[in-house]
Amino acid sequence: MPTHRIAPIAALALGLLAGPAAAEDVIKIGVNEPLTGPFAASGSYVVNGAKIAADEINAKGGVLGKKIQLIIEDNKSNPTEAASVAEKLITSDQTPVMMGAWGSSLTLAVLPKLEEYEVPMLVETSSSGKITTSGNPFVFRISPPSALEAESFAPMVDKLGVKKVDFLVINNDWGRGAAADFGKMLRGKGVEVGLTETMDAGAQDMNAQLAKIKGTDADTLMITAAVDQLTLVFKQMAAMGVKKRVVTTGGSQNPDQILAQAGSAAEKTMHLTTFLPWAPDKTPDPKATAYFLGEWKNRGYPFAGSTESFRGYDGIRTIAAAIEKAGSAEPKAIQKAFWDVRFTGLNGPIAFTKAGPEGKESGQSKPGVYLIEIADGAIGEVKL
Amino acid sequence: MDQFLQHLVNAMVLGGAYALLGIGLTLIFGIMNVVNFTHGALYTFGAYAMFIASTALGLNFFVALPFAIVAGLALGAAIELTLLRPLRGADIDTTMLVMIGAGIILQSGTLWAFGGVAKAIPSPFPDAPLTLGSVSISWLRLFVLVAAATLIAVAYALINGSRLGRAMRATFQDSDAAALMGVNVRFIYTATFALGSSLSAAAGALLGPVYVVFPQMGDLAAVKAFAIVILGGLGSISGATLGGFILALAEEFGAGYVSSGYRDAMGFLIIIAVLLAKPTGLFARAERVG
Repeated sequence: MPTHRIAPIAALALGLLAGPAAAEDVIKIGVNEPLTGPFAASGSYVVNGAKIAADEINAKGGVLGKKIQLIIEDNKSNPTEAASVAEKLITSDQTPVMMGAWGSSLTLAVLPKLEEYEVPMLVETSSSGKITTSGNPFVFRISPPSALEAESFAPMVDKLGVKKVDFLVINNDWGRGAAADFGKMLRGKGVEVGLTETMDAGAQDMNAQLAKIKGTDADTLMITAAVDQLTLVFKQMAAMGVKKRVVTTGGSQNPDQILAQAGSAAEKTMHLTTFLPWAPDKTPDPKATAYFLGEWKNRGYPFAGSTESFRGYDGIRTIAAAIEKAGSAEPKAIQKAFWDVRFTGLNGPIAFTKAGPEGKESGQSKPGVYLIEIADGAIGEVKL
Repeated sequence: MDQFLQHLVNAMVLGGAYALLGIGLTLIFGIMNVVNFTHGALYTFGAYAMFIASTALGLNFFVALPFAIVAGLALGAAIELTLLRPLRGADIDTTMLVMIGAGIILQSGTLWAFGGVAKAIPSPFPDAPLTLGSVSISWLRLFVLVAAATLIAVAYALINGSRLGRAMRATFQDSDAAALMGVNVRFIYTATFALGSSLSAAAGALLGPVYVVFPQMGDLAAVKAFAIVILGGLGSISGATLGGFILALAEEFGAGYVSSGYRDAMGFLIIIAVLLAKPTGLFARAERVG
């Protein structure tokens, strides 16, 4: 064979060999988040929190003597995109572990890819019950499923004097799951459940739903949506004169942003959240919280984003801890090591317990859930 | 009954903005025969222009609004001069592809410049709504309805009553004959596209403060604009106005009395029903002959 034919083939072969070799200088972690579309605000905050964790870990020498590198991809708030992003991260970037994908519908779309390629993923935000109960052993979740949120809210129902509840939820797995889990808990306590109204993820006008809700005799409205949509709902509720107790779920409210953008329309609203950046001293690990909030401020990000971004920070720290335990950056070893991770996150101990069908359990950590209220333009925890 | 009235008020406010979107597109798509895929991007552009004017430039809300409309007019004129004028006489597929490209560039440019996180435009109106009996409406929305109605009236008068409007209609019926009668056909093309663009930007600037502003906000707006134009009949101002209100009523009452999960589907069900009965849209014939 003439040399001019061998040369390109040899070059190609060398290239293939060189590829993985170069990749071993760092450990790659795939990050699959919505950076555009309706969930852009929340996804961007999570990514910025993840970057703080990566920089902190690398400054301390990295993991297994190697630096970690975040490969960040935008899933455009779209489940189809979330699945292709996961495929790209696994096959093209060869990330041995991933974090994602913010929304429940986005995460659920990624699940089959995890089984197909046998790569574990840490779920930092999603709350649909289905994520950890569908028998996918590659899923490890640090955010509370909505059933756990509902369970934490249960003792407060009587104390608040809730008699009848309407739901207004985002029309996807997150919202419908929350309405189902909270509805079940409320019925169990003898509370009446009235309307369950839905709104599309990108919907900006909720007046039709609110006009309907305005006319019911329910004393409480539970809302599940992300910050931008919540802001619109509160403004439209105020404009229409809907006066009911409001409790939001899901922990993606960024209460300070709501306060800034909805103003007096957000007065007296209550929110179930998983992180209390307003009182760093009272968090489970005050030193870590102070470091995180300080770094968040240094980088010029708005304080409002910290209730969302801490998920990315804890997520990457959890992944790094798993890689350290695994002793290697192989997907299988990391998947196994997740079960042994034990450390205190910003909202409580992170440790995975088994959830879902036997033999194919997913990992679920149990974070703290708190109820906060916006009153007189300030945010405080509701103590009952 | 109270709830019915509240739905009706909501639909009127929404319908005003839809009508504005529809009229802008019917001028370009219906009269000029350009399938305008930048319409949604111009809606987004209007909202961002309003955002910049009222925050970075520190302009008063009522000054920022005309600023955004004029900015839309200028951008529309620029698109016509740089992209459409050289393509005049090219086949419809080429023009359509160029407009799709322009739409993508505008949307990605917005994303690049402002990021994906939604922005809020401050409103000068009080938070407390205007309450009449059991029906409430925010002052901002009331202003949007009045402003939209004014702009619709101005556009209608301009097209049907002025020399410019007559020249426009003449040009798009038969541009050779119009040119022979002394109409500056090149100017008319630019003016029509710019006018349609400014109406889309106006809709964005009016609805931006009501909702929030983000780079993809124009996608759904564009789909609705096309639906309204087809519903009303291509090229008909009255058709687009009526179409806007019909779509808003269908969405509002569909969500209120049938199911909020199918809100956007309701509007399109009505459109399918109308087109089955009147395939050219509600107003097509009457307007085009006259």
